[in-house]
Amino acid sequence: MSSNSVISARNVVKTFGDIKAVDDISFEVKVGEIFAFLGPNGAGKSTTISMLTTMLRPTSGKLMLNNHDVTREQDKARKSFGIVFQDPALEEELTAYENMKVHAVLYGIPKNDQEQRIEELLKLVDLWERKNSLVRTYSGGMRRRLEIARGLMHHPKILFLDEPTLGLDTQTRNLLWDYVEKLSKSEGMTIFFTTHYLDEAEAVADRIAIIDHGKIIATGTAKELARQTKTKKLEDAYLELTGRTVRDETSEANNGLNVRGAQRNSRLR
Amino acid sequence: MMDIEYILWLRQMKRYFRSRSRVLGAIGQPILFLLALGYGIGSVYKKAGQGNYLEFLVPGIIIQTLLFSGVFWGIQILFDKRFGFLKEMLVAPVPRVRILLGNALGGATISLMQAVLVFIISIFLGFRMENWAFLPLSFLLMVVLSVTLCSFGAGLASIVEDFQGFQGINNFLIFPLFFLSSALYPLTNVPDWLRILSEINPLSYAVDGLRYTMIHQSHFGLGKDLLVMAVALILAMYFAVSRFNRIQA
Repeated sequence: MSSNSVISARNVVKTFGDIKAVDDISFEVKVGEIFAFLGPNGAGKSTTISMLTTMLRPTSGKLMLNNHDVTREQDKARKSFGIVFQDPALEEELTAYENMKVHAVLYGIPKNDQEQRIEELLKLVDLWERKNSLVRTYSGGMRRRLEIARGLMHHPKILFLDEPTLGLDTQTRNLLWDYVEKLSKSEGMTIFFTTHYLDEAEAVADRIAIIDHGKIIATGTAKELARQTKTKKLEDAYLELTGRTVRDETSEANNGLNVRGAQRNSRLR
Repeated sequence: MMDIEYILWLRQMKRYFRSRSRVLGAIGQPILFLLALGYGIGSVYKKAGQGNYLEFLVPGIIIQTLLFSGVFWGIQILFDKRFGFLKEMLVAPVPRVRILLGNALGGATISLMQAVLVFIISIFLGFRMENWAFLPLSFLLMVVLSVTLCSFGAGLASIVEDFQGFQGINNFLIFPLFFLSSALYPLTNVPDWLRILSEINPLSYAVDGLRYTMIHQSHFGLGKDLLVMAVALILAMYFAVSRFNRIQA
């Protein structure tokens, strides 16, 4: 792992039964980079994010976050990142403030700092006025903003965003990426995100990796990928690289949590 | 410090009290059982020379309340699984055991409150403890059982993939556990096969223990009841912890 890389994957493999969901991938993300991780459904995106965020153990290979081995120094690795999950992971029956509070306690934020930090973050995402409303009453965009604020609570070095703009309207998507770019600049935070909206990746990402059939098939800036495939737009480059066939959605699109029992059924995630 | 356990417990409490329909829903069934069985079968029971059926039934219905709310609390983990909050807890830099403990204590508190509510209602229906000095012991048994059942529910929920699977568990595990537990009928005059099934059912010992502390009737003896309950508690906790440690997303 080179000294300025904050995420590194080396020869990472994840198999479920006979199926190789992730097949020997290696990549590095540098400090402060905005990194897009793209691929069709079932390509291995979610499996990779799950492994990077300590929720799934790789079958083999090495994953490092902020110089901590993800499997061996799990808690240190966990403190290094914040995450916005693909499905909202908020408690709907709690207020925004209470959700933030739970997170603060789970991440060991000193009691005296909690209040100030929560206020700061809720103001950052323009939710301070609604801090005492139950999350149940929040719109999709507000929930995403709240999740971002929550993910930032413990000053993580890396922010993972798993399809953060799914189902949001254009205004909210723009606003959300504005926050993210601002954060990346002001705090030098590294952003690792997945999306199916290639225009977003093209506009926001410093670098892009494309994964398909469990392998990383291309990395580079949007321009480099376009040049490599002799196309003009990222979307065309992407289709050139991954083909135009529609993928079977049963694999990665299924987001239920699995225990190992499920893996015995060889379910691909 | 118990700060993590406390905040997770608090979350459960707030969740519970903010959805009142759940409070009513959870005690509706035991009350129905108390009224329909207590009064419906009570008269036949009395004619058969067995005494007051309501008194016999109340400990069983309290156990029923703990059983169902404990396992339904397990379903909540399924909801968390599906709707995400579990992930927030699982990626936190905190040992899984503490996550489980905070949540299970929340679940146990909720089922205890419901059981106490059923107990109070049964007093209004005319139930009387044989000796009120045994009340603390009754309560202790209820605490032990609620922790056991919530752990059991948490372990089940971390195995079962979806809600349909949980339905199956309800029908093939929870209802049989309840109906074969001597909660509803004494084991003295039942056919051998039913008696044997009840005797291998650990829940029977909880019913029996609680019944002893409340109305001084016991089939197995309090010592045996406590022993089985203690073993069940340890096994259920081991089950929950080992399953919870293995959850992957």
